[in-house]
Parts: sequence; structure tokens; C-alpha cells
Amino acid sequence: MTEPGPKPDGPTPVDTSPIDRVSPVLSLRAATLRFGARSLWSNLNLDVAPGEFIAVLGPNGSGKTTLIRTILGQQPLTSGTIELLGRPVGHGSRAIGYIPQQKLFAQGTPLRARDLIALGVDGHRWGVPRSSRRVRARVDEVLEAVNATDYADVPVALLSGGEQQRLRVGQAIAANPRLLLGDEPLLSLDLHHQRVVSELIDGQRRASGASVIFITHDINPVLPFVDRVLYLVGGLFRIGPPEEVLRSEVLSYMYDTPVEVIHSRGRVAVLGAPEGYGVHDHLEHHRRTEP
Amino acid sequence: MDEFWGRIFDFSDYGALLVLVQNSIIAGALLGIVGGLIGPFVMSRDLAFAVHGISELSFAGAAAALLLGANVVAGSLVGSLAAAILIGVLGTRARDRNSITAVLMPFGLGLGILFLALYDGRTANKFGLLTGQIVAVDNPQLTLLSIISIVVIASLFVMWRPLSFASVDGDVARARGVPVDAIGIAFMVLLGLATAVSIQIVGALLVLALLVTPAAAAMRVTSSPLITPLLSVLFAVVAVVGGILLALGGGLPISPYITTISFLIWLVCRIVGNRRVPSSRRMVSGGAIHAD
Repeated sequence: MTEPGPKPDGPTPVDTSPIDRVSPVLSLRAATLRFGARSLWSNLNLDVAPGEFIAVLGPNGSGKTTLIRTILGQQPLTSGTIELLGRPVGHGSRAIGYIPQQKLFAQGTPLRARDLIALGVDGHRWGVPRSSRRVRARVDEVLEAVNATDYADVPVALLSGGEQQRLRVGQAIAANPRLLLGDEPLLSLDLHHQRVVSELIDGQRRASGASVIFITHDINPVLPFVDRVLYLVGGLFRIGPPEEVLRSEVLSYMYDTPVEVIHSRGRVAVLGAPEGYGVHDHLEHHRRTEP
Repeated sequence: MDEFWGRIFDFSDYGALLVLVQNSIIAGALLGIVGGLIGPFVMSRDLAFAVHGISELSFAGAAAALLLGANVVAGSLVGSLAAAILIGVLGTRARDRNSITAVLMPFGLGLGILFLALYDGRTANKFGLLTGQIVAVDNPQLTLLSIISIVVIASLFVMWRPLSFASVDGDVARARGVPVDAIGIAFMVLLGLATAVSIQIVGALLVLALLVTPAAAAMRVTSSPLITPLLSVLFAVVAVVGGILLALGGGLPISPYITTISFLIWLVCRIVGNRRVPSSRRMVSGGAIHAD
């Protein structure tokens, strides 16, 4: 297994300054979410520009997944507003492509790789599946894009975790969404597939201008693509380019304990974040992956 | 020994009998279509145990109707719809669903036994609710059963795609705006209807042979979302109609014929499927670390 260093061409030349002239894909205003006395985040303002790649980092329980649930309309805000394409969020949306954590399909699931993609194209529509030329063409195109043509007709349950996750990216991009939401999509993937899946997501945002909100416990696989980081810790948050947020002073303040951030060979390691905050995942991960 | 087989398979006066039961055969075929179509969804939604629970409450409803002199199909419908909706609303998670089902099942069966014990009519009627007796069902009831079957089939066709999406991949379907919860409840209602119809033919104890076994058999030999329901329907129709035809002369209940055919089909598919799986999967690219 090779070390997944930075891409040869280095960080992507996307403009990282907030684009204020274009209307945002997603907009949170003074968004606050509280469960009883515990505040997950308060007064969160965030405009996600078209084509912007935002990584959401933070320890377990800091409200990363809750943020996704809020965007999907499954968790109302305590106060503030959240708008998708200029309208209050509904219960899910056709404009969203959602990539969940890897969850293997049960044996016997009556789906082949191409059927999973087809659900992304027209699975929301009523009636029986119609094998129209348009749908078939789009499915073939997506299979090609995620490099899954070889196993297009293999039952999904027989595919490896990495292959299934590649298909999930395909399913999410199949309808050309305006916003790609990833909820730890790289979790439990090997390094090769972490890179493949990250590059597929980045490729789609380049090709279609979709925005990306990407929850991850390890930023390294997506570091070359990330425009801004949203870091959540115990009710506090910081938003900004990775080099501004992922600094020892910033994270030490947020964790309220000395934390060291090391940038080395295009990778980032966060050391000393308190146990139970989940950030030690970074270290675990690196110990496993460094030769 | 000949006498034993003679009782199980008796084809004398077959032509005359066939005319008598042709309506039963039509109803049986419709039921086969219902069972075959709904079965793959029962499997992908992990509802096999729930089907059994629904059928016991349906049995209680039918027994109550028998005791009160009301329409047995109507009683059975009330019981199964109540159970299906209860399981659907309270049991969105598999673990909750199983415990609710396990609680409802003996309760329903107990109620049914009570009602049957209080009932003084023909014992064949009593037994029929548990083990099935399509020939005993009269023509007006057959019409009712057929109408319900057609309603279930038509509704399944209307919700096919979002139901498939929600069944195999609920979180993603929800994110895409599919009304996953509403579809789940609607599906439970259809399942309640299908169960109530099945009970009249194979009986409360054997419903799974129609609503689960054919789909389970089909899913052993194919993963195509088109071929799975087609095969499942074929298997279910062969089991029901074949069962009715074989049982015709003997005067024995139909259900053992249906359940045996259904089981044999599953057995064959299981053997064929085991051969198929290893060969159909080529290694495509580097392996991945699997979750859990």
C-alpha cells in the first residue's frame, strides 16, 4: 500500500475566498442547535458557494452528523434559519446527493450495481421502473465515471466495501445534484478507495459545479480539494481555509487544552486533543498508515 | 401404502371437480401474484417475522367474525390491518418491530383460540382458519378476495420505484426527498391486506409459504430487480394453483400441498443459487476493509 501523499499538482487552484456575488447553494444564518442545556453550535453563519468544498471536522458528539440532519430537514434548528437554494430546507431534496457511511448491503439484496445507480436517477418517481434509453444512457455514463463498468451487472451485495462505496458516489451524482453531502463516506475504506472516492467527489464538483459538504474524522484524504474547514468542538466552531483553522493556537483554544497541529509532507496531524473528543482517531489512523 | 398415496392423490372424477373449483383457481392465481410481488419487499424490509404476527391477529379477527356471524374476510381484514399498522407505526427499527411482533403474536393466537372455543358451528370452519380451506370459501367471498388482491397489485405497481428505493436504501431515499415513512406505513397496509387474503386460502399458520418462501427462492437465483419479482410470482402461482389442483380429489386441506410445492421450489433454488454465487463474482480491484 502506498502512502497517499498530496496530489502531484498540489492544492487545487480554487478561489478560497467566500464568493459573495453568487447566490449560495446553502445558507445558514445565526443557526443554533441546542439539546437541553447542551449547545451543539450557536450563531453559525455559513454560506456555501457553488463548487465550494467544505470539510466538517470535529470530535464525536460535536454535532457534525446533526448538521447533515439539519440540512436534510430531519432536525429543526433551535433558532436561526437554514436555506437550500434560497428556500427553507424541506424533508430531503432532489438537489441533494447524499453519500452515507459505508453500510454493506445485505446478502440477497435484489440489486445489481447498475440498479443502484438507476435508483439515483429516477428512484424517487412513482410507478414501475421504465428502462428508457435516457435512463440507461445516464446509468452507463455514471458507471463509467466511477469506474464501475466492469462490475455493472454484479449483485451489489457481492461487491467489496470499496466498490459499494464507489457506487454510492455514483448514485449520489447520477442526478447532477447541486449539493453533495458526505457523512463520513471514507470510514472503513482502505487508503486506495479513500483516495478514489475523494477524487470522484472532487471530479463531480469540478464537472458540474456542485458544492460539497464532507464530514470526516480525517481531513488528509480530502485536504488537496478542501476550500474551507468547519471545525466543531464542544459548542464552538471555526470556519476558514484549512491553513487558518488547523493551527495549534486555534485548536488549543477550542479544546481548551494544549493541542499541537503538525503539517508535514502535505498532511495534517492533530496531537494531544483530549480523549473522548474523538480526534485521537487521527493518530490511530496515522499509526496504521505510516510505513 | 397404496391406500395412503391414494388418499393424498386422488384424480377420479377430476373433470367434474375442476369445473366446481375454477373460481377458486382464479382467486388462487391472483393470490399467487400478490404473494409473489409483495414477497421481495417483505424480504428487503426484513418483515418476515412481522408477517407471521399480522397473520395471527388476522386469525383472531376472523375467529371473532365467525363467532359473531359476521363476514369472515372482513373480520380477518380488521385484525390484520390493526396489527400491520401497529407494527408499522411502532416498529420502525428492526429490533422494536421484532419485539412488538413477538408480543402481538401470542395475544392474537390466544384471542382466536378463545373465539373458536366459544363458537358452536362446524369444526371444519374452525380448523380452516388456521390451516386454510379455499374450497370452503363461497363465491361472493372469492369476489371480495379477488378485488382486494387487485387493489394490492395495483398499489404496488404505483409505488414500486420509491418503495424499492426506500426498502434497500432508506437513508439515501429520504435524503432525496422520498417520503420513506409514509411509504412504510402504506406498505404495511398492503401487507395487512395481502395477509388477510392469504389466510383464507392457506390459513394463518402457513401464510409465510406464500408471502415469503417464493421471494426467498427467487432471491437465491437472481439479483435483477426485474427478474426477482417475476420469478417470485411464477413460484407463488405454481405453488397455489398446483396445490389446489393436486388437493382437489383427496378431500384433504389444500395448504400442505401449497407449502410443500413452495418449499421444494425454494430447495431447488437454494441448491442452484449456491452453485451460482462463487462463479459470478470476479475480483475486480484491490480488496477493501469491510465494516464490522
